[in-house]
Amino acid sequence: MDLLSQLRGQIADFSAFLHREGFVDDQFTQLQKLRDESSPGFVVEVVSLFFEDCEKLVNNMAKALEQQIVDFKQVDSHVHQLKGSSSSIGAARIHNVCIAFKTCCEDQNRNGCVRCLQQVNHECIQLKNNLQTLFNLEQQIIAAGGSIPAKQ
Amino acid sequence: MAITGDSRSQFHVLAVDDSLIDRKLIERLLKTSSYQVTTVDSGSKALKFLGFQEDEQSNPDTPFGSPNNHQEVEVNLIITDYCMPGMTGYDLLKKVKESSSLRNIPVVIMSSENVPSRITRCLEEGAEEFFLKPVRLSDLNRLKPHMMKTKIKNQKQEDQEELKISEIQSDEQQQPVQPPSPQPQPQPQPESQPPPPPALLLQHNNNKRKAMEEGLSPDRTRPRYNGIPTMV
Repeated sequence: MDLLSQLRGQIADFSAFLHREGFVDDQFTQLQKLRDESSPGFVVEVVSLFFEDCEKLVNNMAKALEQQIVDFKQVDSHVHQLKGSSSSIGAARIHNVCIAFKTCCEDQNRNGCVRCLQQVNHECIQLKNNLQTLFNLEQQIIAAGGSIPAKQ
Repeated sequence: MAITGDSRSQFHVLAVDDSLIDRKLIERLLKTSSYQVTTVDSGSKALKFLGFQEDEQSNPDTPFGSPNNHQEVEVNLIITDYCMPGMTGYDLLKKVKESSSLRNIPVVIMSSENVPSRITRCLEEGAEEFFLKPVRLSDLNRLKPHMMKTKIKNQKQEDQEELKISEIQSDEQQQPVQPPSPQPQPQPQPESQPPPPPALLLQHNNNKRKAMEEGLSPDRTRPRYNGIPTMV
C-alpha cells in the first residue's frame, strides 16, 4: 500500500473514532464541507478561534468561582457563550458538559459548577489534541500529493 | 465577485452576531451560497450600516423621507442572532420594521434556543424566518425567495418613481421660468437644474438602495428636485 492510501486509511479511521466517541458531531462534518479552494484554512481558523475562546472563558469562570460570593449570572453567561460556540463547531462533548453546567449555575451550586468547569477544561484539552492529530494527518496527505478528503 | 452570472451574486446580506465564531460561520455559509456578505457584531452597528436615522419619521423638512439616509449599499436581507448584549435581535427587528426606509428589508432571526414563544414573537413582529443554530447550508436555501420578493418590489417602485419624475419633468418644461437676471437671449431650459436626458430616468440602477414608498431616491447619480412635490 502506498503512503497516500495509508494516510487516507488512517484519517478515515481516526475521523470515525472521533465521531463514534462523541468528540465531534455532524456539525463538524458540515464545517469541513464548507472548506474549499477559496478558503482552505477555514476549519483550522474556526477551530483555533474556538480554543482561544475556550481558554479565555475557562479562566474567567475559574476566577468567578473562586470569589467569596460567586456571581452565578456571570458564570452562566460564560457558559452560554461556550455552549453556543461548541455547538457551532460540532464539539459535542463540550456542548453536553455546558448543558449540565448551566443547570448548576441556575441552581447556584458552586461545587457542581467547579466540577463542570474541570470537565470542560478536560474536554477542551482532549479535543484540541485530537483535532491537532486530525490536522496533522491532513497536512501529511497534502505533503504526499493528495487532497484533503471532503467527507470523512 | 461571482463570474458565473448567478443572480445570487447581486444579493447582499447583512449578518449580525456578537459571537466571532458564529460570524465566521455565517459568512462562510453565505459566501458559499454566492451572496455578498457584511458582518457586524451588534444591532447598533447594523443600524449604523443601514444608515438608520432615529428621527427620520418626524423630520419636517422632508415629509417623504429623510435626505440624511445615506444608505450607500443596498442590503437585501438582514440575518441576526437573537441573544445579543445591548440590542437583541428582536430589538433590531423592531427598529427595522418601524423604519420607513428599512422596513421592506427581510429579516431572519437565528437562535441557539428553541423557545416557541420567542419564535412566535419574532414572526409576529415581521421576521421572515427563524433559524435554529447551528445554521446549515440547507437553511440558506430558504432565503432567496424573500430576497427576490424585495428585488421585484424595489424594481416596481423604481419604475413608478421614475415614471412620476418624468411626468413632472415634462410638466415643468411647459411652464415659463423667469431667469434671475435679464438675459439677452431667452433661456431654453428651466433655471433650477438641467433636466437629465430621458434615457437616464429609465435607467435601472440595481446597486443603490432606493427609498421606499414615500421618498425621493438618495441616489446621487440622479439630480434632486427639491421643492417639487413628487408623490408616488
